Formats: sequence, C-alpha cells, structure tokens
Amino acid sequence: MSNLLFERSDTLLSFDDYQQADGFKVLQCVLKKPPLEIIDEIKASNLVGRGGAGFPVGIKMSSVQRMESDIKYLVCNADEGEPGTFKDRELLSRNPLKVIESMIISAYAIGASKGYLYVRGEYAYLKAPILEALEVLRGEGYLGKNICDSGFDFDIEYRSGIGAYICGEETALIESIEGRSGDPRNKPPYTAEVGLWGKPTLVNNVETLANILPIMDLGAEVYKTYGTEKSAGTKLFSVSGSVINKGVYEVPFGTTLRQLIDEECGGAEHIKFIQVGGSSGIILPESMIDIELSYEAFSELDAGLGSGAIYVADESVCVLDYLKVTAAFFKHESCGKCTPCREGNRHIERILRNLSQGIGSKEDIDTLQRTSLVMKEASFCGLGQTATSGLVSALKYFEDEILLHLEEKCHTGVCSFPKGGDQ
Amino acid sequence: MKITMNNTEVVVTENMTILDAAKLAKVKIPTLCYHPDLEVKANCRVCVVEVEGMRNLQAACLTKVSEGMVIYTNNKRVRESRRIIVELILANHDQTCTTCHSNGVCELQQLTEDLNIKENRYDHVLEQEEIMMGNPSVVRDMSKCIKCGRCVQVCNDVQKVGAIYNIGRSTEMRMGPAYDYDLTKVSCTYCGQCINVCPVGAIYEKSDVVSVLNAIEDPTKHVVAQIAPSIRVSVGEMFGLEPGTAVTYKLPSALRKIGFDRVFDTDFTADLTILEEGTELLGRLENNGVLPMLTSCSPGWINYIEQFYPELIPHLSSCKSPQQMFGTLAKTYYAEKIGVEPKDMVVVSFMPCTAKKFEAKREEMYREGVADVDFALTTRELGEMIKMQGYNLVDLEEEPFDEPFGITTGAGLIFGASGGVMEAALRTVYEVVTGEELENINLTAVRGLEGVKEAAVMVGDLEVKVAVTNSLKNAKMVLEKIKNGEADYHFIEIMCCPGGCIGGGGQPRPTTNEIRIKRIEGIYTADQKMTLRKSHKNPAVLKLYEDFLEKPNSHKAHELLHTKYFDRKN
Repeated sequence: MSNLLFERSDTLLSFDDYQQADGFKVLQCVLKKPPLEIIDEIKASNLVGRGGAGFPVGIKMSSVQRMESDIKYLVCNADEGEPGTFKDRELLSRNPLKVIESMIISAYAIGASKGYLYVRGEYAYLKAPILEALEVLRGEGYLGKNICDSGFDFDIEYRSGIGAYICGEETALIESIEGRSGDPRNKPPYTAEVGLWGKPTLVNNVETLANILPIMDLGAEVYKTYGTEKSAGTKLFSVSGSVINKGVYEVPFGTTLRQLIDEECGGAEHIKFIQVGGSSGIILPESMIDIELSYEAFSELDAGLGSGAIYVADESVCVLDYLKVTAAFFKHESCGKCTPCREGNRHIERILRNLSQGIGSKEDIDTLQRTSLVMKEASFCGLGQTATSGLVSALKYFEDEILLHLEEKCHTGVCSFPKGGDQ
Repeated sequence: MKITMNNTEVVVTENMTILDAAKLAKVKIPTLCYHPDLEVKANCRVCVVEVEGMRNLQAACLTKVSEGMVIYTNNKRVRESRRIIVELILANHDQTCTTCHSNGVCELQQLTEDLNIKENRYDHVLEQEEIMMGNPSVVRDMSKCIKCGRCVQVCNDVQKVGAIYNIGRSTEMRMGPAYDYDLTKVSCTYCGQCINVCPVGAIYEKSDVVSVLNAIEDPTKHVVAQIAPSIRVSVGEMFGLEPGTAVTYKLPSALRKIGFDRVFDTDFTADLTILEEGTELLGRLENNGVLPMLTSCSPGWINYIEQFYPELIPHLSSCKSPQQMFGTLAKTYYAEKIGVEPKDMVVVSFMPCTAKKFEAKREEMYREGVADVDFALTTRELGEMIKMQGYNLVDLEEEPFDEPFGITTGAGLIFGASGGVMEAALRTVYEVVTGEELENINLTAVRGLEGVKEAAVMVGDLEVKVAVTNSLKNAKMVLEKIKNGEADYHFIEIMCCPGGCIGGGGQPRPTTNEIRIKRIEGIYTADQKMTLRKSHKNPAVLKLYEDFLEKPNSHKAHELLHTKYFDRKN
C-alpha cells in the first residue's frame, strides 16, 4: 500500500521539482470548487486532528467557515513539543511545499486570508528554507493576491516559539503569536469563533493539514480505504528507543504495534514497555504489543494515540527512572496557571525523585494516584490532564518494580543503588 | 431553562454559569481565584463540579449551564478533588496565619475551614522568599502568594498600569514586576487595588500603626489626626457594620481615646480645594489657559500621569490634594496659632489610600526638612489601631471634630465618591459666577460606579462641559482623547480607583463593586443630612482666608496650597 503523506525518498524539493511532480495541481483544481464542497469532502473523509485531541477536522473547518468576519485566520501548528515526536519536522523539512499547498487549500475552504506557520523554536534551521519557499510561492502566484486567478487572497507568515511545550496547546499558541506568554485561554469561546486577534481561526497540526492534500486529490472514498472503519487514513509514527531502525513511519490505522516495530522498524529485543503518544501517552507492557494502532482500540484503554510518538524501552530502562525524567519534563513545562498542574507536577516529580533514591513509603503510591487523578480531572488544559497518563498506566503494570527501590534495589542499576532484585 | 443540581431541579437562565446557578439554588460552591468584578480565569480549580456526560470535572465559574444539565457540586468525586486542590495550595503556602496581615480576612483560611480540611497529606514544599518592602506604600510577601492572578488582572485590566504580570512558568511562575524588580523601578502607581483583591496576605500596605502610637506617647509631640471623607462610611465594616454605615462622629471619640491631641476632618481641606481649584478653573476659562483642567487630589492618579502621560501635566490643577493642604495648614497656620514648632507637630492622616503614603513622602511635600504629613494610614490601619488599643468603634459615643478644621460641608464629604469633586466644584462655581443660588444641587449624572460620566451645566452664558472618570483604565481613555484633541471638556475629575476613594486601595477587605455601591450610598445620604452643602459657604474656610490666606489663589495660597508635578516616565 502506498503512502499518502510521506515518501521515504522525499527530500526538500525545489519549486520546479515539486511542480513537475504534479505539485499545486490539486490546489488549482480545488480553487474552482465552492468552499463548502471542499469541507463536505473533508467531512466525508472522517479526518480527525492528528495533534492529539482527535477532533473531526471537517466540523472544525465548517465552524470557522460559517462565521462572519472581516478576516479569518489559519494557523498551522508546527510546535511539535511532545517528547519523541518528530514527524512534523520530517514533513516540513522533506517537503514543505506539500504542507503549504494543504494550508492554501484549507484557507480557501474556510475563507481565511492570512495564515501563520508556527514552528517550534528548536527547529530554527527550518526557518530559512521555509521563508525561501514562501517567497518563491509569492513570486509564482501561489501566495498573495488573487491566487491562480481565482480571486482568492492568502498569505502565510512564519512564526516561531522559543521552545515552551505549552505553546502546542492551540490557545496558548495563539497567545504566543499575539506576543504574550503561552498561557492557555478559557474555552469557550472556541478558536473557531474567537481565535487569533479575536477572529475566527482554524488551528491544525502540520500532519492534519498535510492530509487535506491527498483527500482532495484522491477523494474521501479512496482516502477511507486506508485505515480502519473508525480511524480513516494513515498515521505518522515517530519511533524511537530500542528499535533497530528509529524514524518516522507512515502506516494505515489498524496496523498493530508489533507490525510497526517488527515490519517497519526492523524489530526490537527485550522489550520492557512501550509508551504510545509521547510523554503524555500511556505506557504499555510488552504483553500488549498486539494492540491495534487506532483511535478505537486506544479509547478502550481510556487513552489516545496522542502525537503518534512511540518510545520502545528495553530491559535496560528503569521504569521509575523513566517516569522521574518524564515528571521533571512536565514540572518544567507546566505554564503554572492552574493549581493541579502547577502543584501536582511539583509533588509528583519530588516523590518519584525521592523513590528513586530509596526515600519514601508505600503510601507514596496512593499520593501519586490521587494527585494524578485530580490533575487529569481538574486541570485547566490538556497539559495537566495528560501529564500523568504514563505514570498511571505504569503504576498498573510496574508498581512492584517501582516499590523495589524502597529496598534500595533497582533492576537496571541506573538509580542510586547497585543492580538487584528479580527481573 | 431547567437544570438539576444535586438531585434538585433548578430553573435558570441561559448564559448563566454553574456558579451563578448554584447561587440561585442556594448551594455554595467554594471559590478562590474567582472575583465578582474580574473576568473569570478558572485558575485555582477549587470550584470544580461534576457534570453528567462530561469526562472531566468542570470549573463552575467558567462553565455555562445548558438545558437539562445534571450537576453535582458536593459528591465524593468532587469533594475529594477539591480537597486535594486545596491541600496542594496549602503545601506551597506560608501558613503563618496567626501573624499574617490577612489573619481573619483571608479567603484561603475561610476556604480551608469551610471544606473542613484538618490535615494536609502533602509535604510542605514552600521555599521562603524575602519580603519586598522597598517603597513607602505596598509590601509584597510572595511566600503567601497562591497565584490566583487577581492582582495581575486588576493591575492590567482594571487599572491598565501593568506594573505586575506573571513571570516565569510552572512552579517558578510568580506575580511581580518585570525582571523581579522592586515596584519602585517600574511604573507602579501604588493604588493598592492589588491589595484589595488579594485573597490571602501576599500584598499589604506598609504599616505605620506602631510609629503613630509611639509618637502619641512622646510627650514632646503634638499629634493631630485628619480623617478622609470616604473613611467614615467604610471603617465600620471592620467592626461588623454594614458597608456604607456612617461612623463620622464616633471617629473623633476613638482617636481621642487613643491619645491624639486634636482630631480634624480632611473634609475641611476638601472644601478649601474647591475654592482653590474652582478659582483656578475660572482663571483658565477667562485667560485662555490650558483646558480641560484635570483634578489633582488622587495621588495614584498623579503617579499615573507623571509616569505615563507627563506631556499632559499642564492640564493638571496645581492644587495639592486635601491631605497635603491639611498638612501644610496644620504645620503653618495651626502651629503658629497654638505656638508649637512644626517639627514638634505630628500630622497623621487616615486615608482610603496606599498612594497617600507615597504622596506624603514626596520632596515637594516637605518644608525646611519637615514633612507636612508625617504618617498616612489606611482605613484598615485605622481599624486595626482602634482594635489594638482596646476599643470597639460601635460602642463609642459620638463627638464633634476639633476646631479650626472641624467645620465641614457636604461638598467636602462627597469627595469620597467618584464624581464628588466635580459636583462640589459645580455647586460652588455656579454660585460664584452667577451670584444666584443653585436650585438643584444634586448633580446625579456624575455619581455612581460607571467608568466615564459626562455632564454639561449652564453657568451664566457658558455651557460648562465636564467629565468624571474612575479607575485608571478610564483615565487612560480620556487622556488619549485629550492627546488627540478630541476631549471637548472644560474640567475633568479623575480618580485612580474604581468608584473613587470609597473603592481605594486602603479600604477594608473585601472591597467589591457591590460594597462600593453601598459606600457611595452612605456618602450621599450623609451629604443630604449636612446643614452646609457648599464649600464656599463653609464659615471656617472663609475665616481661614480672612485670617491667613487672603483669597483663593492668592500669593500665599499658591505658596502653601499648590504644588508642581514632574515627568517621571521610566
């Protein structure tokens, strides 16, 4: 089965190369259609957002399209801060013109005249080639006034953060574009109604937008032949850790975790656990490796696929050490606005750090559980709500290994004590 | 629209939040960061409730009701979450409650009690920070801060000053001036509105209570008090009285018991301000002076214009504030009269204001090294001092103020509410210019909490156009109009704080708009009851001119009662 988004052979193509490979054909075709027809096609494709929340894209686009406003915005979220996620980087570095073409199509569908490409601060090296690409497109008439003589005006501005994880949250990202610190906003109002500069705004992840092009190219019906009944299309997975070949892989939804690891990544040995969805995703023991990679399969575990980051840990990784590092990440990245996330992450990191040094008691597990629950249920935004997904799932499968540290033993020897205990 | 709350059906209206609906249903949902006068932030998460069909708990302050919504405000899931949230807050809070400035009025203390939290399962993780007290007005103790964000909102949204903001993130996130500077290094107006909204004791005024008591006990000192107009309708709140209850004549009694040698009334110099400022206005009208003229009695406002719009300083009336006029007269006219050296006289003012502390320390407010006003205390400090010395204001007899600064008018009194200076000025200007008696002296158009109020009054042949603003956000709006040449007014009253002095940063906590309205009612009710209601009819003021100042805006009046302002833009 061929890929929809991503060819392993793709490299940064020049405008000429891209055009020769049928680039902008879809756009030219789409610009002749009424916007509603495009949105209907996207609705029919069952495309959902790939950033983590999994919201139906057609519905979101339709909400923005319906709004009456002097100006509307399209924001492409390339903040990609989820640890272990590097698929948007690949899309933007290998073939930014595909993403940009998708952005122009989406903007046309919703009636946006201005787009922002918000790129993660750490991807600074993408700035020059993207700016150059935008400039070329302006010269070629694909950006700016009256694109391809369609009467449609649209241009894209490049923006970048300085590396705050929270800026991947769409309202925090908007705050950041507006020049303030990245704190999430109250919802409602939703960004579709009151978004950037108070105007209707569509915010979508790079991968989500990249799907628009194949949908408009192949049509929703063909698109839906990829994936499962409830998860249409393909998904990019950023696989890292103890696999033979680390990298970004595009597979249709419904592929199992085992297939992805064995068939795409060349396999892995002595797997202890796999975290799916980045640091905010759930941790699965090796025994669950046959799980299907689809929204429906993960929703049965009260989880999602998140950003599609997959980290494979082998027996050399101490679960507690791993959780401690993750907790330190979230403690650092919380914006500090709401109590559960700001204070909860502080205590969780502290307890895990202490446990890894043999300090604490069995009751600490209760405190971790209790704190995680309130963070999940009462945090202001997705950051706090999902910061402890990994911890909670790991406690389910690896509590003994964690508690072993209270006996001053660590299976792997990476914590403060000599290697010990039964594996 | 119907919803079900805790298994009881409640009829609500659209656009209500769950919190509003709960109030209607007489269910108390606890809150902490929520403030009735500020935009909802939903930071603290204390008000979370369970809504059927929603995966997570919802913040009641933010979530709107919808038809058929089923809500639980106090089931086990909600109770436990709420409790954990409060425990988390307490674990990072300096819990030295007994010695805290907010002991007894602390919302976190009350919340902990209401939720019946008797232990904290989290380790105390607080890193104690140094208390910042580098300026004369506002002290910041960040170990007490619970990061609710109200101070930042009031500074940025209500006042549009922006002296403090969120700095850093996560556990490092804190509220303060940029780069953790002291307030003296940023454009803080010392309005103290942040103090009024702080639910805990993280921000408070620099207390002068002990210094004042020490001065009283120093036999070489003659200590006099002046009491600002707005205080008489607010300080009673600290003794359990309803907001707006006037305790005007109990105050002289309390202060005499504490040991003040004389108790005077700032209303007197408010009347004097009207004569000076009114005359200045007429002068500007006659001589093509800079218009619109702006009032100058609110020191937070003075700090604002000096730091943000120094180019508009020529619009400011040169009149000192009533507090400073009083100080000057006490240490000249009155000191001479009773034969006390200015250095042996201690002037203590009781003000609704924290910026007054700063004002009293301004260089221009000293003569020959002696401050005109030695100590400016807030309403809160007044209440504390009375309690500390063992008196209950409610039980005290009523007594008159002392002469010569004890005879006052309703015009001076209404200085305490937004619009009062304007109304008082017009009562006088009209009669002075026309020589006729003003029929309806109640200029209701300029009263109330509204941010910008306008009126036009025919004074002889001239239609005098006036505007009244309160809170600096509105001052900014009017100043921008002036800058752009769009302000078609002759005279503008500007008060720094919402509602004027009755809403000042030194007033009892809580100070909310609901309470402000009651205090305003108290002010105008008291005005109605006064025999004298026009400043130019104050016999003691007239006598002061006759004996000492000659006439309004005389050379001597200028020297003593007027001042200069400076460009203090950062």
